[in-house]
Amino acid sequence: MVEIHFTSITMKVTDKEVAYVAELANLELTADERARMLRDLNSILEYVDRLNEVNTGDIEPMAQVSDRYGVDESRQGSERFAYAAREDVKEGLRKSLPHEDAMENAPETDGTFFEVPKVIER
Amino acid sequence: MRSIDEIRSAIAEGRTTALEIVEACYAQIKKEDGEIGAFLTLSEDRAMAQVERIHKLAADGKPLPPLAGVPVAIKDVMVTRGVRTTAGSKILEHFVPPYDCTAVARLEAAGAVVLGKLNCDEFAMGSSTENSAYRPVRNPRDKTRVPGGSSGGSAAAVAARMAVATLGSDTGGSIRQPASFCGVVGLKPTYGRVSRYGLIAFASSLDHIGPFAHRVKDAALVLRTIAGRDPMDSTSAEVPVPDYVAELEKALAGSKRAVKIGVAKEYFGSGLDVEVRAAVEAAIQKLGSLGCEIVPVSLPHTEYAIPAYYIVATAEASANLARYDGVRYGFRARGARSLAEMYRETRDGGFGMEVKRRIMLGTYALSAGYYDAYYLKAQKVRTLLTRDFDEAFKKVDVIAAPTAPTVAFKLGEKVDDPLAMYLADIYTVTANLAGIPGISIPCAETREGLPIGLQIFGRWFDEATVLRVAHAYETASVGGR
Repeated sequence: MVEIHFTSITMKVTDKEVAYVAELANLELTADERARMLRDLNSILEYVDRLNEVNTGDIEPMAQVSDRYGVDESRQGSERFAYAAREDVKEGLRKSLPHEDAMENAPETDGTFFEVPKVIER
Repeated sequence: MRSIDEIRSAIAEGRTTALEIVEACYAQIKKEDGEIGAFLTLSEDRAMAQVERIHKLAADGKPLPPLAGVPVAIKDVMVTRGVRTTAGSKILEHFVPPYDCTAVARLEAAGAVVLGKLNCDEFAMGSSTENSAYRPVRNPRDKTRVPGGSSGGSAAAVAARMAVATLGSDTGGSIRQPASFCGVVGLKPTYGRVSRYGLIAFASSLDHIGPFAHRVKDAALVLRTIAGRDPMDSTSAEVPVPDYVAELEKALAGSKRAVKIGVAKEYFGSGLDVEVRAAVEAAIQKLGSLGCEIVPVSLPHTEYAIPAYYIVATAEASANLARYDGVRYGFRARGARSLAEMYRETRDGGFGMEVKRRIMLGTYALSAGYYDAYYLKAQKVRTLLTRDFDEAFKKVDVIAAPTAPTVAFKLGEKVDDPLAMYLADIYTVTANLAGIPGISIPCAETREGLPIGLQIFGRWFDEATVLRVAHAYETASVGGR
């Protein structure tokens, strides 16, 4: 099933980089998955390379579209989104999720806390 | 009993009851869904409680809310309190959310009855619904073919008349493309039009919630119900919600000026199936014959949309999916000796291959040394793609195009070639990157009888014109079908 046809010249991502990125992403991947990932990432990134045909010299990057509507044009930065903020309140805060509801889906719990494998050895 | 208005008036006039309608839907699900696979979970208790509320209103002669008794179903990426929500993933197989998605809550407040949760590609990542961790969905129009994706269950449930309307999510075409493949109406509103609160995040700057229905008017009714500012989603816009249903009846041409429809050659290039092209061109001619003015426009950066999209979407996904660590909810791998090992084994065991592929691509694009070359570059191209639409909408009111380059493909046809699967979204991802509204409506069938979708894009927050043009086309082509 898994065949790798790439020569070293067209390879954008190496096996070593796949392992490194998997570590960053908290994935381990089986040997078979890693080979498929190597093939697929190279094929996708080769296609993505066509973005380099576009001259983006002085173009601003666009992270989101929300600042097109409803914003206060006279202000700068996050002040533009003042409509999205609410007033601070001392009384009448929305209730938070009850503790037991928040714990309901926990895979391991002692009823009060989430339990995980030991982090610090004594 | 097909449309929302028919259902509501039949209940109000005592010709039927919400219970009868809901039972008929469950009977249809029981009959059809074994083969189709649109539903992952049925929420019968919740549906019956709502039926009871509608029944009481009707019995007391009180006015019925606008969606009273309307059977709906929800893509399983929207959380539902007390009803299992999986996102099509094994990692959330037993997840029972403690709160409701705003769009779902608004539908129920308007009287709709939630029948259950709909199958989809895992975390909405896919274009065929074959990436569901549970089972693929079959296209009701041809069961050897995919329903499209990622909202394949949402499209199939409407097409097979198991629900009158459904909600889907659209990050790169996941409402419009399956609507096209299954021969139903699917609308992706403007970014910010519908709150994303309670939508399980895939790519936050591209994710949208929208309706599926048989007819444009029903899509307009559902949009009117779910649209509008929500304090729980800071990106939901403070823009008034018009009465989309009233807007449908406005003329396309008349005393003032005709609606101008843009046609961009970039959406009719190589890779477009000949039958799809002919059908979409004929549909545009038909809009011309209804009095619209057809105007050529240019969207020169269209060919860069897919590569820009797959960098932006996967980068955001890699961050959003970092939360699945087996600690607070969801699947946890057993027997790990350290916390790091527990994280890795949980994610390895809980995520499917496409989700891992996208997390890997996104993590790579954001990693030191590649951030500028990929992520920043893609964001700049996103600016250019958006400017293309800005320019075009100075000249025209809407833009007409095919929804997808082909009709529904065969199950299994593209599963081993992720890039070929990504290209199924070539005409839809642009609207997500720019945030503009887009609808897919059925416009023809191939000789084999497979549905073809016509896509109509509009200006930011101008769903009213998009729906009006779609409604006029639908009325002229199918009459009272």
